[in-house]
Amino acid sequence: MTERLRFARTRTGAVGLALLLLVVGIALFGPFFAPNAPDAPIGIPLTGPAGDAPLGTDFLGRDVLSRVLWGGRSVLGLAGLATLLAYVGGATVGLVAGHARSLLDPVLMRGADVLLSFPALLFLLVLVTGVGASKATLVIGVAVVQAPLVARIVRAATLEQSVRGFVEAAVARGERASAILRREILPNIAAPIAADAPLRFTYSIILVASVNFLGLGLQPPAADWALIISENRSGFVLNPWVIFVPAALIALLTISANLVGDSIARTLGVSVGGRGRT
Amino acid sequence: MSPPLVVRVEGLRVELGSGAPIVEEVSLEVHAGEVLGLVGESGSGKTTVALALLGYARPGCRITAGAVQVDGEGLTGRGEAALRSLRGRLVSYVPQDPGSALNPSLRVGAAIGDMVRAHAPGRNPGEAAFEALARVHLPGDRAFARRFPHQLSGGQQQRVTIATALVCEPPAVVMDEPTTGLDVVTQAHILEEVDRLRAESGLAVVYVSHDLAVVASIADRIAVMYAGRVVEEGPAAEILARPRHPYTRGLIASIPDHVVPRRLHGIPGVATGVGDRPRGCAFATRCLQRVARCDEEMPELEPASAGHLVRCFEWARTPALSLEEPVGTRHTSPGTEPLLAVEGLTAVHSSRAGTVVAAEDVSFALAPGECVALVGESGSGKTTIARCVAGLHVPAAGRIFLDGKPLAPKARARTREERRRVQIVFQNPYDSLNPRHRVGDSISRPARILRGLDRREAEAEVAALLGRVRLPAALATRFPGELSVGERQRVAIARALAAAPDLVVCDEITSALDVSVQAAVLELLAELRAELGLSLLFISHDLGVVASVADRVLVLERGIVCEEGPVGELLAAPAHEYTRRLVAAAPRLPEPVPTGGMS
Repeated sequence: MTERLRFARTRTGAVGLALLLLVVGIALFGPFFAPNAPDAPIGIPLTGPAGDAPLGTDFLGRDVLSRVLWGGRSVLGLAGLATLLAYVGGATVGLVAGHARSLLDPVLMRGADVLLSFPALLFLLVLVTGVGASKATLVIGVAVVQAPLVARIVRAATLEQSVRGFVEAAVARGERASAILRREILPNIAAPIAADAPLRFTYSIILVASVNFLGLGLQPPAADWALIISENRSGFVLNPWVIFVPAALIALLTISANLVGDSIARTLGVSVGGRGRT
Repeated sequence: MSPPLVVRVEGLRVELGSGAPIVEEVSLEVHAGEVLGLVGESGSGKTTVALALLGYARPGCRITAGAVQVDGEGLTGRGEAALRSLRGRLVSYVPQDPGSALNPSLRVGAAIGDMVRAHAPGRNPGEAAFEALARVHLPGDRAFARRFPHQLSGGQQQRVTIATALVCEPPAVVMDEPTTGLDVVTQAHILEEVDRLRAESGLAVVYVSHDLAVVASIADRIAVMYAGRVVEEGPAAEILARPRHPYTRGLIASIPDHVVPRRLHGIPGVATGVGDRPRGCAFATRCLQRVARCDEEMPELEPASAGHLVRCFEWARTPALSLEEPVGTRHTSPGTEPLLAVEGLTAVHSSRAGTVVAAEDVSFALAPGECVALVGESGSGKTTIARCVAGLHVPAAGRIFLDGKPLAPKARARTREERRRVQIVFQNPYDSLNPRHRVGDSISRPARILRGLDRREAEAEVAALLGRVRLPAALATRFPGELSVGERQRVAIARALAAAPDLVVCDEITSALDVSVQAAVLELLAELRAELGLSLLFISHDLGVVASVADRVLVLERGIVCEEGPVGELLAAPAHEYTRRLVAAAPRLPEPVPTGGMS
């Protein structure tokens, strides 16, 4: 366990982890501290900070602080779920492709390349317009965008491991491919995956937030950081806090996740840069 | 009048940043025209000493005491810029791996020319390069100088690094394992070259190697290092014939010989690492003639005879070297049905670059209990044949029979019983055990999968197997990263034995090991054969190793069997031209002078 948490002892890692925990804490536990309901108007729209609304009100006169405290769950949840899904799919494809010394490898990886060749946001917009906006579409869409990148990293790491003696020994004693992947290879590629996961998560956050901002993801009156920015953007001059605070939280989330990823990579001695990351 | 003193090292000490010494109290002298062999196993500090001779310490290390003088000029306590102007002119370095030492984007002539421009500004770099190439018996012309390193063979590359080292005619040169990556024939040529250059130009050579047999063939004097100190130093012939330090004696006793096979004795125990060296003699824990004093104080180097120094309190008790016949279960049982039969095996490696034939029409048989060795240089196809037998490589043609029944090419397609009966042990012990699995899990897996033992039975089996490979049962809960190389290779052998196999394929299993550890593993193999009646298919490039374990040997040249026969006869009187070259080139220790009272 100490080895796995060693990154937290570096300065980058400690700062990143502290910030990440702070933002995640706000997102998860914020609703318990919200002074008002997120969807109830409490005053005149777009007024600045006042006694009962420390961050002012939004374009419908709702409490910005309460909406911000409620609005992190969807960002975190959707991005987290999408990342998880991307890993389940991408890692499976990567493991199978990396270990298979057959036509399966090029077939799977060229498939991944085809998916990668679509611009991510364009792909999501087409998907959402075609299928219809819903949380499920958003999560699956982001996962599909991310999975090929995961597959590439996992395949490269698998390829490196599958020529090692202990894998050959397993092949020679006739182990099933699934057992070899699970028992022999997966534990040894955990390091690059651990270093890469926070960066993937960051990218998911940006994609989810972008789609929500464009109004093609979550629909009003849901409280969501990106949606809050989007629906209030014309009121920026009247109450800047309504834009600034959720934007800062999204930025903080991505920056801290990046810092954590970098420091994990450095302490584990794996390089993730340049391995097919966009 | 003796030739002038060129290299003088006095009380050298190199430390890690933490203050732990890597080498200490190293004092050496090399005269003009003399080769000093600096011998030691991994971790002994020999490369650290070699680099210190150039005034260099690796990142994280510091030279904290002592003096290094070459040709009267001190190399310690100078700034990096001053040192750079001395290196190459005063003393130069020939590295171990020429493939990575030569800049792949620089033509060899330009690489040598750079050296001339830096250290001998008056000379014409081009002409100097031609001369230097000619000196090491390479074509000294424009065409050759315009080649890139990748267009040269390994031997030619190493000649180029030697030419580079010598182009500015330094009085001294440090060679750090210059032949380790080369095959024996090339190695023999390089050694001849070094010997000639030393004689022609009165060069003082410090030749660093782990291989006592190589050093024996070239050195005038030998210094043996152990745990950062010189433990014995003296004239080569005397040290090899009458070693006084128990470590040196152990080292010599563990070197196999291909002409006179002998019983090998490994040195028990593991060398102490940097940072946990004891107060007393570092070898004490592995020493048979240790006395109470050995744990208390570090012995000084004391003269055993003129010019022969030894760091041991009890050196006078070190027994003379004795030659023993190998405990041969020399197997000759004609008429028995072969356990393994390989017929017309052809194997290829295909990649985008093309197809390489690794083995061509190879046939041989292996009787139950027999050890057959496949010998050849790198690229001779011996490992590919081993992999075909183990079901890891699909042959292009030919068949493999186990007890007369054909084996499927792929391991997965073989029956469980067939997979159980044939096991393989790999070359690299760093890579053959899953670093994330405990030793016990690695060993019990084959027992469970291939023999159908349940968890409890397998656990009991693990303890028995660890005992069988002479390891403590407590090792079962450790991870491979906590073990020494020799221990890992024993665990890999235990894992193969866990399947209760009839045939074990040993693919260069000792080539990553130090010679004393190698001897211990070979001893173990001999005992296992006697205890379990194992048959071995033994792959090796080392004729000495083969001579000490095998009953029969097949010599492979570029995938073709060129000679085959009982190991003793074949090595004593090789018939094929290629075998003859191999046998002649393999380094040997000089035959020990028989002393009185020894049979």
